[in-house]
Amino acid sequence: MKLQSCSRGQDLYIYLSGELDECSAREMRVRADRIIDEHAGLSRAVFNLAGVKFMDSTGIGFLIGRYKKLKSYGMTMLLENPDRNADKVLSVSGVYSLIPKI
Amino acid sequence: MNKMQLKILSRSENETFARNAVAAFVLPLNPTLSELSDIKTAVSEAVTNCIVHAYPGREDWITLECETEGNTLHITVSDSGKGIADITQALTPFYTSLPGEERSGMGFTIMQTFMTGFSVESAPGVGTTVKMSKTLGARAGSDAQ
Ligand SMILES: Nc1ncnc2c1ncn2[C@@H]1O[C@H](COP(=O)(O)OP(=O)(O)OP(=O)(O)O)[C@@H](O)[C@H]1O
Ligand SMILES: [Mg+2]
Repeated sequence: MKLQSCSRGQDLYIYLSGELDECSAREMRVRADRIIDEHAGLSRAVFNLAGVKFMDSTGIGFLIGRYKKLKSYGMTMLLENPDRNADKVLSVSGVYSLIPKI
Repeated sequence: MNKMQLKILSRSENETFARNAVAAFVLPLNPTLSELSDIKTAVSEAVTNCIVHAYPGREDWITLECETEGNTLHITVSDSGKGIADITQALTPFYTSLPGEERSGMGFTIMQTFMTGFSVESAPGVGTTVKMSKTLGARAGSDAQ
């Protein structure tokens, strides 16, 4: 699982790739939170899921966890480019009502 | 008709192996990519639950059994761990017994939505058995990718 980030203006972009499951989530939490801490004060964080080839409910827990952290910093979270499987998992779980897809 | 049985230790790195093994087993039935990813996701949910809930803080055996019957795949995932006292509550969307650990409580809901058949049997202190099935080509055409 890979995580890359960059910021443009008021937006933080986080690019996830690989398989987001119980095995990878622990490390991803630490890495994503470090990047969020470093960018506290920006207004939005966009998670790009184009490279996520597998995701299950552990991935939902991961995304909602980051949503809560961003919210505590007053930042909005958005999702971008989930593949078909990730999109189905996200839709079934009602995640988009909390974290909109752009 | 074909059968396979797989026994793995409840380590999270075995999740990838388990879902890919089941995917490889069902390949001769020519699943669509979307059917294949539904099956992998459901297997991952069941195996993760064994690791996280059945055997918290320890390693023990998880058994997967698969059987193909016509164009249907039957999967059984069982553990001899903690067990579930209240199955109705466990099946409720968003219910999790580990709210402090970033769990969404959607695992069982995903298994039920992604598979055609689903049932769970459990007894506290004895273990849990999740049975799932997927009939391939059920929505042929619209499901093709
Ligand atoms: N194999 C199991 N052994 C013991 N308890 C289980 C098992 N599988 C599920 N449970 C119980 O059922 C509850 C619901 O499971 P479900 O997979 O829906 O949600 P979760 O695992 O808590 O969260 P998520 O799957 O979204 O990460 C769990 O919180 C747990 O209490
Ligand atoms: Mg679960």
